[in-house]
Amino acid sequence: MKNHDIVEKNLGLMTILVIVAISFGGLVQIVPQFFLEETTVPVEGLRPLGAVELEGRDVYIREGCHVCHTQMVRPLRAEVERYGHYSVAGEFTYDHPFLWGSKRTGPDLARVGGRYTDDWHKVHLYNPRLVVPESNMPAFPWLYDNVLDGRHTARKMRALRAVGVPYTDEDIETAQEQVQGVTEMDAVVAYLQQLGTLIQEKR
Amino acid sequence: MSTFWSLWIIILTVINVALILWVLLANRKVAVRDDEDPENRKTGHVYDGIEEYDNPLPRWWFNLFIATLIFSAVYLLLYPGLGAFQGLLNWSSTKELRGHQQQAEARFSERFGVYAETPIAELAEDPQAMRIGMRLFANNCAVCHGSDGGGNWGYPNLTNNDWIWGGEPEQILVSIRDGRQANMPGWSNVLGESGIADVTEHVLRIAGREHNTERAERGAQAFARNCAACHGAEGKGNPVLGAPDLTNDIWLYGGEPQEIRQTLREGRFGVMPAQKDMLREDRIHLLAAYVYSLSLDYDEE
Repeated sequence: MKNHDIVEKNLGLMTILVIVAISFGGLVQIVPQFFLEETTVPVEGLRPLGAVELEGRDVYIREGCHVCHTQMVRPLRAEVERYGHYSVAGEFTYDHPFLWGSKRTGPDLARVGGRYTDDWHKVHLYNPRLVVPESNMPAFPWLYDNVLDGRHTARKMRALRAVGVPYTDEDIETAQEQVQGVTEMDAVVAYLQQLGTLIQEKR
Repeated sequence: MSTFWSLWIIILTVINVALILWVLLANRKVAVRDDEDPENRKTGHVYDGIEEYDNPLPRWWFNLFIATLIFSAVYLLLYPGLGAFQGLLNWSSTKELRGHQQQAEARFSERFGVYAETPIAELAEDPQAMRIGMRLFANNCAVCHGSDGGGNWGYPNLTNNDWIWGGEPEQILVSIRDGRQANMPGWSNVLGESGIADVTEHVLRIAGREHNTERAERGAQAFARNCAACHGAEGKGNPVLGAPDLTNDIWLYGGEPQEIRQTLREGRFGVMPAQKDMLREDRIHLLAAYVYSLSLDYDEE
């Protein structure tokens, strides 16, 4: 085919055509999601994470919980039977970045909120074998020792507000005060206990 | 989905498929034409003496590509993919889920219905029901109470006949359905460290463990004043208040002196989460029967 030569010999033209060729997927699958009601309107009752929960979420990210735990109940009967109502996009409107995960070494956590007591979570994070002898989850004993100072909490909230999470000025002003002195253990448990509590379905 | 975004997706998808088809067909023809040497099918490109033929795509590969294009056309026609168009099958993942749930409901509702009508004590003798109960227990209860129901530090053993909130079928049902909130206050302000040590010796004595008799005597008085209201004068406990029996040497938070002292100092506020918002009533009924069945062997022994 003769015209091949034109493309092959003009690097600029080829670059443009390559970009056109690979942009279709993104334009069709990603771009509309920024504007659809299903993905941009939060579910009823959704609120931005409180200061302590927000810090707990960052502990969750730092410890790599999302590497072994997903936060995404798929609409399959076996999953709904085990975890509860399937996840919907409106639950994650304020999540930046999403922590859906991609691999389940441990169980899904999208609906773990309220399922166990705070005490259970603390013992379990301190050493999972104390409550679940057959567990292969790592222990996180240092969460008890690390105390948060909340130095960056307000800045994190401002950054999140810049991408559309409706934090009020009051939230941001009181953030450090709320976080200061809280252990990472309490923060991460506070984060876990609110996960997926807005949509409940009896199993 | 708005009409704009629906059209956006449809048009781009169709253009994409059309472009792929065009590239595929346009590549099919041999483009080299050498009028002087009709047999020559080389492109004329030479790299370090390596020359390039302009061969058409292999037929099997070309046909395979056409097949994928046909597949995607059929797929987009039957399933949702083109914007707001739902597809001729009118399929959606949530509809499929509801369908599977209805099938399961139709298959199991009769059995669960029979179980829900059966009194708990009777249900606990039904081996098939108990096999289902075991699976429900494994998924919902075992993380705290252990897969055998044997309990753990802070989580009661369900296989013996020591019941904090009562072991009658109805009491177990209430514990599961509505949850339980223990409320053992801390006593360090009232008793002081020395008083706590005295009461600990008394508790060790009524449990039949090694103790210091002198301190236990003093502790008995403090026990009568402060602890007997819930645990009873003899420390036999009260299932209505969730006050454990202290005399049977079965310990929820450990029976070593330092553990008892810690319990007395800061109190214990164990929580059994209510399951009524998470599990259906017939499942709770079956679970209550399973939990009830766990201690039946123990009673026989």
